[in-house]
Amino acid sequence: MRHSLNRRQALTLGTGAVVATTLSLRAGPARAAKNNTDEAIKAFTRGKEPAKGKVKLELPEIAENGNTVPMTVSVDAPMTPDSYVEEVMIVAEGNPNPGVVSFHFTPSSVPEANTRIRLAETQNVIAVARMNDGSVFSDVRQVKVTIGGCGG
Amino acid sequence: MTSRRDFLQIAAATAALVPTGWARAFAQQRLTQDDLLAFEPMGNVTLVHLTDIHAQLLPVLFREPSTNLGVGEARGQVPHVTGRAYLDLYGIPGGSPLAYALTPEDYVALARGYGRMGGLDRIATVLDAIRAERGDKVLFLDGGDTWQNSYTSLVSKGQDMVDCMALLKPDAMTGHWEFTLGTERVKELVDGLGCPFLGQNVRDAEWNEPAFEAMKMFERGGAKVAVIGQAFPYTPIANPRWMIPNWSFGIREEEVQASVDKARKDGADLVVLLSHNGFDVDRKLASRVKGIDVVLTGHTHDALPQAVKVGQTLLIASGSHGKFLTRVDLDVRDGAVKGFRSKLIPIFSDVIAPQKAMAEKIGSIREPHEAMLKEELGRTEGLLYRRSNFNGTLDDMICDALLAEREAEIALSPGFRWGTTLLPGQPITREDVYNATAITYPAAYRMTMTGTRLKEVLEDVADNLFNADPYYQQGGDMVRVGGVSYAIDVARPAGSRVSDLTLLRTGKPIEAGASYTVAGWASVNEGTEGPPIWDVVATHVRRKGTVNPTPAQVTVRGA
Repeated sequence: MRHSLNRRQALTLGTGAVVATTLSLRAGPARAAKNNTDEAIKAFTRGKEPAKGKVKLELPEIAENGNTVPMTVSVDAPMTPDSYVEEVMIVAEGNPNPGVVSFHFTPSSVPEANTRIRLAETQNVIAVARMNDGSVFSDVRQVKVTIGGCGG
Repeated sequence: MTSRRDFLQIAAATAALVPTGWARAFAQQRLTQDDLLAFEPMGNVTLVHLTDIHAQLLPVLFREPSTNLGVGEARGQVPHVTGRAYLDLYGIPGGSPLAYALTPEDYVALARGYGRMGGLDRIATVLDAIRAERGDKVLFLDGGDTWQNSYTSLVSKGQDMVDCMALLKPDAMTGHWEFTLGTERVKELVDGLGCPFLGQNVRDAEWNEPAFEAMKMFERGGAKVAVIGQAFPYTPIANPRWMIPNWSFGIREEEVQASVDKARKDGADLVVLLSHNGFDVDRKLASRVKGIDVVLTGHTHDALPQAVKVGQTLLIASGSHGKFLTRVDLDVRDGAVKGFRSKLIPIFSDVIAPQKAMAEKIGSIREPHEAMLKEELGRTEGLLYRRSNFNGTLDDMICDALLAEREAEIALSPGFRWGTTLLPGQPITREDVYNATAITYPAAYRMTMTGTRLKEVLEDVADNLFNADPYYQQGGDMVRVGGVSYAIDVARPAGSRVSDLTLLRTGKPIEAGASYTVAGWASVNEGTEGPPIWDVVATHVRRKGTVNPTPAQVTVRGA
């Protein structure tokens, strides 16, 4: 994690007028396995069920290092004042707390962001995008975090 | 007494049903170099694929797996077909040369008759013959796992293999175990390689920039042939990441597609993926990435006598340890494959003559070490082999050595798929030990582990092998254990496959909270301490005189 902060800043700036916020969606004590992912998503979508599509999450199938997993999220949106993605939230089902990071966009943003995230164990990572008209979309990727060492 | 050459003739004479290309050899009731090489040429491009030789310069014995389970969509599909079922599937007669080369059926008897396979000097002969016939149509591609896992490759840090392969003039290669030489050494060898080292999926870990060339375009037989390299995607997980801290891997399926699209845009008539993904990963990849004509697949050591077709893509699996070369002739016209013919050529070392230049090179590399390598440490009572999903008798011997020499209750030995085979009664030489253990991180550690942690380790490795989605598999076999027995249900989800863990010393169940003394080797963690595993094994074999390893006790369900 040597340069993660600088890197995150650089990448965030590179995508335009995007504001990244590290989330702290604390709604109870930290738990190793089952956290309050569903509630976090519901709060973000204002109760709506997210549809598939528009948002795309890229993560390795197996993490080389669970402490710093490269992640890219992008949204298929015109990015005009009439139609743009407002915010993308990333949540991790298996971390002590679900919230990982949230990206805020404006119509002048490039709707893509890269960062590195920490994953405590094998789990699903979910990206939820909220568009300016309130519609919501999600994508999910499973990332395996292994002890490693026996391939060959 | 029947000579080996006679035996080959007799065995051939008993053959009845044979796959295409073999009929003539058997009809003539003998097996000759010409028959092994016989191939009705086709089209304007010839691909020759060699992979996973694991630095074996000399002919070897290598028994193919008796258990190689497929899960999910791969269940019951090749390459997850072994033994008798494999022979039936391809119509190979029992007792025939191909039965010996491709299955463990009657292995000991057939090995005594047919002898060793492989040898880079024999491979050189075959390549010479193909090049003499096909000239500038030939593209020779090395799928990797070439530079490591023998004594001379270990002490020369891969130089022996690079020098010998240079004589074969490959057109490109990719890698996996190569990376266990560390960043600097890999760069050094790649710089002097004389052919491109391709890996579209290897990136700078910090900035995601390409660490190696992704693709190389060749002109063969009037066609433009694009070769895209795919290194083993999980190298920094299966092997020590600390040795290559600045490189990041992964399957990177979308980038494969981008490379294919770029190749087509650049005018490629034929697109070849030179892959170290492993067969199941490549099968899935071929079903999702559009526009690959041929995948030359490696890593999982599968030898298949026929191409497997996924959509319009051909998958070619050429085995391991130098036992086989695959020749694929393709008729490439107007940017498309109009026809193909392939043959898995078995390198019977008693049938194919060694090429002089290569034999001399190998001799000069081995000469300073020959006396030491030939030293006999003891003898084996039974067959010692490594390949199979859950255990191999060679690993049973290593586990016995770890338990005895490191005074541990439990031994763990990695599920490597490489390593040569020893026949009953055969002397165990230092070289045999190195052929099973020669790696750059050999420390035989000793540590305490809780029952919970032990189960986590087994579950973790089991999921690398039996995850229903091949993209989550790593391609090794199950970690070998000594001192404990367990049951495994391969069909269950991650974390719930392993049960009934029992400590053999006491006959009591492994307790989650209790601590156990565990010895193992090949830890991927930096700073692991202990004597090199080859010394541990050599000491053990010497002490025992004749080894008769304790069989692993693994109960398999859900297969």
